[in-house]
Amino acid sequence: MPANPFNGQTDYGIGIGLRVPHYAHILEQKPVVDWFEIISENFMVDGGRPLEVLDDILEQYRVVQHGVSMYFGSADKPDRTHLKKLKALVKRTKTPWLSDHLCWGSVDGTYTHDLLPMPYTFASAKHTAEKIKMVRDYLEVPICVENVSSYAEFHVSEMTEWEFLTEVVERADCGILLDVNNIYVSAQNHGFNPYAYVNGVPHHRVGQMHVAGHTKFEKYILDTHDHPVLDPVWKLYAHATKLCGVTATLLEWDDKIPSFQEVHDEALKANEFIDGAKQAPRKK
Amino acid sequence: MSRILATGLKAPPPHAPRRLATTADVLKLQRLMTHLLVRPLTKQDGLQPTWIDGRPTAAVAAEFIKSNDRLTSFERLQLYNRMYWFRLLDIMHDDNPGLRALLGEKKFTRLTEAYLAKYPSRSFTLRNLGSRLAQFIREQPRLTAPHTALAHAVTRFEWAQTVAFDEGAHPGLTAADLKRTPPARLKIALQPYLSLLALDWPVDDYVIAVKQRDALRGAASNAVDSARVVPRSRQVARPRRGRIYLGVHRYHHRLFYKRLERPAFLILTALAAGRPLASAVTAGGRGVKPAQVSGWFATWMELGWLCRR
Ligand SMILES: [Fe+2]
Repeated sequence: MPANPFNGQTDYGIGIGLRVPHYAHILEQKPVVDWFEIISENFMVDGGRPLEVLDDILEQYRVVQHGVSMYFGSADKPDRTHLKKLKALVKRTKTPWLSDHLCWGSVDGTYTHDLLPMPYTFASAKHTAEKIKMVRDYLEVPICVENVSSYAEFHVSEMTEWEFLTEVVERADCGILLDVNNIYVSAQNHGFNPYAYVNGVPHHRVGQMHVAGHTKFEKYILDTHDHPVLDPVWKLYAHATKLCGVTATLLEWDDKIPSFQEVHDEALKANEFIDGAKQAPRKK
Repeated sequence: MSRILATGLKAPPPHAPRRLATTADVLKLQRLMTHLLVRPLTKQDGLQPTWIDGRPTAAVAAEFIKSNDRLTSFERLQLYNRMYWFRLLDIMHDDNPGLRALLGEKKFTRLTEAYLAKYPSRSFTLRNLGSRLAQFIREQPRLTAPHTALAHAVTRFEWAQTVAFDEGAHPGLTAADLKRTPPARLKIALQPYLSLLALDWPVDDYVIAVKQRDALRGAASNAVDSARVVPRSRQVARPRRGRIYLGVHRYHHRLFYKRLERPAFLILTALAAGRPLASAVTAGGRGVKPAQVSGWFATWMELGWLCRR
């Protein structure tokens, strides 16, 4: 959706991730970019160069925070130091919304630093939703949860991934960061229809979208974020945009990062796919 | 393979829960899977075939992970096991160029695998991944023998760079602060990003030489993985013993290593330990002249190392 409560009633366009190899170019050339997504954890430090760069960027650009370690789905309680540092960063960036993943990744205070798939059960949905609410109440900023790509599924699951996502966001009354590349990757790995997924989520809750590149292996697809977006992913993106409306969109490119211009041009390709959506009637 | 549990993780349940009715069940499932993921890979970079209770890991995996028409439960779990190790070993690889050059790639990988098996990450950020490596080198001297003491010194130095890069800073001490409080009572703290190191080798020169060599090699070759095998002629010679005193710090957001004279180092260490100014100055020893001391303090103030306690 365009402006909605889950993205802080903003109307952001196409953004890219702020990455170290591009710092010099951005700070010197000041290219026109609608917004940058930052990985919160890279700036949850107490001082030094990361914060200096961030402050320079904040002076000239709109920034949205994206986290990788809140682990809403971990049975662990949120870590207090983590929350405090995150809140300090939220105050610094004034991010209109904040995203992290619908996954787990830590147990007993030990971190895997991976985005691990959830068991799709009502017990885990309930627990996850409560954690999202707790974090949102503490941070005082809207939250969008992102669907991850996965390579395994659990016997205990009681529903599809999109039913689980819906169950969580309805219970938590939060937004969705719909990553269409992740949907495509998981659909290939688990043999479901990616369009059924996109059709099945509450569209009015989508506050942001992700597109990215992936890599095909013989028996599975990996979510590598190391090259341009593939055609079927753009098609799925166009479909999602028709259903959700034109939504703040971000291209993820995290490995083998090419020049700033190349990344930005790839992101702007999204424009070619949203024309249909602009003409489509708005849903509720 | 060792049965020692990773530090901080509670024991895994004997079996995966058959239903997830409560958060406690979710926890059980997550604990089991985490234990499987953080277990070291086999020599062929695979999931270990036997689980800690003696059952085939394939049977454990099949209990909770679905297979599909292309991959077994074991293979799916193995994907995550590999991603876990490759990701973390990559970080260790990038963060410790000096230690890696000293030990060689193979020995370095064996050391970091053993380290992460005992001390998996206890922090939400990968920045802290190597925080206990120096301690681990002391605990397991076999893994770095016969250069354990040198490896320990290099590791302390490399960790100090992480600290200097993004640790917090307090407002610096001003001349007015110095005037306001008599030296007998004035307590001065050092910036959290500053590390004071007394080392038995000039590891600063060594690590700089390694980085210069790596930069040259990077410029000469486009092959990403060429760094993995180093011909003998390109190896940086191990440093010769020689005591040095270092302040690892940042200045205008750039990293620096400053060699210190021994008395200066002792005074700073005394300040860091909380001794009042007048008493800390005596830690420098009798041979130190007042003019020297005021010169040092002027430099430290300029560098912004000193702050109020
Ligand atoms: Fe994503």
